[in-house]
Amino acid sequence: MLYFSKLRIILVSLISLIFIYIALSNFIKFDDSFFNKKINLGLDLQGGSYLLLEIDNNPIIIKKLQNTTSTIRNFLKDEQIDFSDLRIVEKNIFFNVNKSNHEKVKLLFSEETSEINPYYPQYKSHQFDLSVQGDEFKLEFSKYGIIDIRGSSQDQAIEIVRRRVDEIGTNEPNILKRGNNRILVELPGLENPMRIKSLLGKTANLTFRFVTQNNNETFGVEKLFYEDDSSAVLVSKRIILSGENLLDAQPQMNNQTNETVVSFTLDRVGAKRFGKATSTGIGKQLAIVLDGKIVSAPVIRDTIASGNGQISGNFTFQSATDLALLLRSGALPAPLNIIEERTVGPDLGQDSINAGVIALMIGFLLVIIFMFFKYRFFGLIANITLIINLLLLVGILTLFQATLTLPGIAGIILTVGMAVDANVLIFERIKEECRNEKNNIIAFDTGYIKSKTAIIDANITTLIAAIILFFMGSGPIKGFSVTLAVGIFTTLFSVYFIARLFTGLYVLKNKDKMNLI
Amino acid sequence: MISFNKFYKLFNLISLCLVIISILLLFFKGLNFGVDFKGGTLIELRANDKSINVMSLRQSFSKMNLGDFNVKKFGNDKDFLIKIEKKDTSANTIEIIKKELTSSIGGSFNFRRVENVGPKVSAELLKSGVIAIALSLTAMLFYIWIRFEWQFSLGAILALFHDVIITLGLFSLFNLEINLSIVAAVLTIVGYSMNDTVVIYDRVRENLRKFSDIKIYELTNISINETLSRTIITSVTTLLALFSIYLFGGAILKGFSLAMIMGVVFGTYSSIYIANPILVKLRVSQKTILKEDAE
Repeated sequence: MLYFSKLRIILVSLISLIFIYIALSNFIKFDDSFFNKKINLGLDLQGGSYLLLEIDNNPIIIKKLQNTTSTIRNFLKDEQIDFSDLRIVEKNIFFNVNKSNHEKVKLLFSEETSEINPYYPQYKSHQFDLSVQGDEFKLEFSKYGIIDIRGSSQDQAIEIVRRRVDEIGTNEPNILKRGNNRILVELPGLENPMRIKSLLGKTANLTFRFVTQNNNETFGVEKLFYEDDSSAVLVSKRIILSGENLLDAQPQMNNQTNETVVSFTLDRVGAKRFGKATSTGIGKQLAIVLDGKIVSAPVIRDTIASGNGQISGNFTFQSATDLALLLRSGALPAPLNIIEERTVGPDLGQDSINAGVIALMIGFLLVIIFMFFKYRFFGLIANITLIINLLLLVGILTLFQATLTLPGIAGIILTVGMAVDANVLIFERIKEECRNEKNNIIAFDTGYIKSKTAIIDANITTLIAAIILFFMGSGPIKGFSVTLAVGIFTTLFSVYFIARLFTGLYVLKNKDKMNLI
Repeated sequence: MISFNKFYKLFNLISLCLVIISILLLFFKGLNFGVDFKGGTLIELRANDKSINVMSLRQSFSKMNLGDFNVKKFGNDKDFLIKIEKKDTSANTIEIIKKELTSSIGGSFNFRRVENVGPKVSAELLKSGVIAIALSLTAMLFYIWIRFEWQFSLGAILALFHDVIITLGLFSLFNLEINLSIVAAVLTIVGYSMNDTVVIYDRVRENLRKFSDIKIYELTNISINETLSRTIITSVTTLLALFSIYLFGGAILKGFSLAMIMGVVFGTYSSIYIANPILVKLRVSQKTILKEDAE
């Protein structure tokens, strides 16, 4: 068993050399472009921001319920079914129907072709669950109805978030779905996430509506405050224009007033409506409402038919730029809340790298010195194996573009400490065998064979812990589990293929030496 | 040969006491959860001005009406760690704090790290941390069950519980902070302690096959002694690595490496003094293994 075939030696050396080359390419710049990937640094090492956003789906659900309620009203009228007391109570829709119509209504809501209660064949479920108690019908979102709403609002929201983040132009942002109502945003290198947080925190729902004094408008009115909360006016609920009609928005300097404004361009439908509203409403105040607050409410002096306009409102250049950006990227389907934020400055990241590297080098040195004093020549073999092991580990992390985090560096250092375990198990076993066995070659062979189960069991238990960490952990902790797990494989490889090759060669040369180890 | 088995009873008693004290501590004193698990805001701040100290920071923060907060030095004289427990931190709390600090102590500082964890997320993180630890213990239980007999599995698991509970007990006693990296450390301890136990168990099983006339009480002692030098060397190299992280790896890794150091020490101890006496208690004999071989 101590003999190695030539093919095996070549194969092992080749694999080792490739990974060592890859590992070293992190530190030394090779001229050729054969391999120029670098290990990925986590946010905790390169600095940056991690934001976890949660979509508040409540407004969407309520809106959906309101829409469904009016659909039901029209639908039942069309079907000439008498109903009463149609209302929304705590996210449920209730209405009463006479006994004679019970079966008919039930069917309307539960057939697969139902128009008011859509059926999702993929889930085998309707949007709403229907339950009947006496004359009272109750509609409640089914599990899949909620999932459907969440899924589609998440799809829309992630698109808008991506547009907003891209507009700011941070380098290589990472935007991912988490669950069905969360979005993860990772922004490497971003030092101050304030601006992005404020941009993502706004729904950016823009509407143009008339200011009114009349309480009895057909569409209803509501009292809205100005952005600075100074005063409030009555505003009609009739929407003349919304953000959807916007083609473009840009910050601009108004030469006449020396004021920063946001100029916008409308699409054809928008331009037509805007033209009509401004021609009929000369002298009236047009409120520009953003997320329920009035930005400004200028008096209409002229008909604007070109589809171009300006929003003024005491902007600084920065706030005008941000508003333009928000308007260009579109409105979020629902408000986003930042439920987790972690930001690391670049200098702390660099400090962490430095500390990690120093700890690694010192730990490495201590282990190497200890092993050499303990086992002399075999310690040297274990140490060479350890160095190769470390390079293999870094090489694999680089090849698969794994993310290295600060706990990940700790994982590498820990691997250094634990990697020698396998060699120690083997060496100690060989020592024992040498006591009873005069033939060195047999003693070595038996040592390797008998220590195998312990080594395998010991490494699998660590691997189990690493795998569980990988699936349960987040961010930096994941980095730790990755290095720990990869470390186990490189350790087994280096112990069984590299260290064994060296010990094999040495033992064969010193077959008859006493007290070999 | 060292007679480890003579002290089985004594050390079991000591371990039992330590575990009970730890459980009492966990129950009555509880753990010092960090922002990861409790929610709130954590700021690591570096002062570029010598006049800024814990006192002056505490004064400026107490003016901000942020509720309970805690200021302490972090690593060196220039760095401070501020924890704010306020749960409903709005998106711009950090901006407000920055502004207030600038106006009260001047602009000679920078925020090196900011962590803001909402109550929902912290509850989830805590839950997934507990699940991760429970899951790893169960996985180990089953793995050892498959590889050995149930008596071994029970012994190994009790040793693991012993290590995890005492490590957490020490964290409670010294009021050390529990954050995500501590969970990682605990899981690694589970892996390491298991590793250590398995090596000795492997030898016990081998010796059960080899010696048909030695009782388990003696047999465990032989096995511990045969694997002793490996046990010592591996713990020494692992501890060397861990101490170097503890001393040189920066303030962020201090808690993690400290938990690991405790875990390695207790893991080594428990694989000798918990895992083995259990085999004796459960009357493991050559028959236990024969049954396995016959299957």
